Amino acid sequence: MREQVVVTGMGAVSPYGYGVPALETGLWQGICSLQRLADNGRVKGLKVRTAGTVPSKDLRGEISRDLRRTMSPMSQYACLAAREAIAMGGLEGDALRRTGVSIGSTLGSPAALEDFFREYLLGGDMDEVRTTTFFKVMGHTAAANVALACGCAGRTLAPAAACAAGLMGIGLAYEAVASGREERMLCGGADEFHPLVAATFEKLGAASHEEDPELASRPFDVKRTGIVCGEGAGVLLLESLTSAEARGAKPLARVGGFSAMTCAGNIAHPDATSIVECMAAALEDAGLAPRDIAAVNAHATATTIGDMAEGQAIFGVFGSQTPVCSLKGHMGHTMAACGVLETIACVRMLDTGTVLPTLGLETPDPACGEIRHVLGEPVLATGPILKNCFALGGTLCALVLDVA
Amino acid sequence: MTNDEIAATVNRAIAEEFELAPERLRPEAHIRDDLGLDSLDIVDLVIVIEKAFGFKLTNREAMMDIRTLGDIHAFIAALRDKGEAGA
Repeated sequence: MREQVVVTGMGAVSPYGYGVPALETGLWQGICSLQRLADNGRVKGLKVRTAGTVPSKDLRGEISRDLRRTMSPMSQYACLAAREAIAMGGLEGDALRRTGVSIGSTLGSPAALEDFFREYLLGGDMDEVRTTTFFKVMGHTAAANVALACGCAGRTLAPAAACAAGLMGIGLAYEAVASGREERMLCGGADEFHPLVAATFEKLGAASHEEDPELASRPFDVKRTGIVCGEGAGVLLLESLTSAEARGAKPLARVGGFSAMTCAGNIAHPDATSIVECMAAALEDAGLAPRDIAAVNAHATATTIGDMAEGQAIFGVFGSQTPVCSLKGHMGHTMAACGVLETIACVRMLDTGTVLPTLGLETPDPACGEIRHVLGEPVLATGPILKNCFALGGTLCALVLDVA
Repeated sequence: MTNDEIAATVNRAIAEEFELAPERLRPEAHIRDDLGLDSLDIVDLVIVIEKAFGFKLTNREAMMDIRTLGDIHAFIAALRDKGEAGA
């Protein structure tokens, strides 16, 4: 028998700032949180001019040095988001200790790796490399640091799934709780902005060169110009309904189903057929039909090819009646954080019965399928929401959220 | 460099690296028990000291036997006396 899995806590560090309230206020006020890059134009060939960066803040008073010493920014963001989720969920004592962690990131900290190789290659000297560098570089740096900072002794998972790592983190946590392997999981994704990622999308011809942040990320629009990279962290506290009821924790939403699949045909560009299969598998896992879904929160990162494939896939499964929105116009693509920050938005959309519009979308591109875009103002929609996330490497994830 | 200057240089470097309030940096303060540094910190402590004084220890392992902050001051002073350090 499968356990019911509910969300009982949420935490966010986003381009809007620190905390879920900052995220929700920014999204519901329709504010674009993208910024001009400070040192743009410095690197030949890199034409990226905007990013969705987290406002800088001195975190020395919030995370003690003994914890912070092994944390690059992504782990610091994840730690703050995890603490917020724990506080919201009222998780403490032995229940907190017996909680697992499933938090993915696109990479370990590129900046820390840069520090190491600056000493190793340029300096030809290992003597000044700190003992803590590797803990920032390792693939499960965000998950391991959260487990340590929060005192969680359950399993530590860190899905390596690039831009889908956050939603994959939720999915693996959902499966661990649903199967009864863990009672509770802190899950999600975290990333820090680094030119390596922006430059990769640049090389793929998928990065936006637009200088005006308000016009830089325009999912599904005929004038879309590509991805705007960002950073942040999102963490959900998932637990079995049994655990939530035993603790007296209020369920905020229920995870109805999840699917993880692979576009085996292309490592860079998921195709519509694979996306259709992935969404259909998530619906099947949730025991729902397409007509049961009230809204789709798309991955849509404002690339020419990606938005087209996803839009056509959504049209293929849901037709022209189901509202579809992307939140990349609000925050850009926060990499591993996007799946979770956007899921947090979905929880609020479920709760309020409204679907946010796609910011920056004025003229929908017909090549993205005849889907029902949410333009300008939120629309009313009550019922389950399907959330997509895709990644380089052909990784596809879809999650179904429903009211608790 | 006088003993006081050595102590001030060591304390300044340690206070900054390990975010310790200067008033905690008494010579008798135990590195682990009073200042809360652990084995990872103590490896990095060597790097911090080397940077502060601009020299490299030929025998880094000798630093591992140090127990108190005053031991570090004395260790550097001894290197100075032997002419092995820039101190």
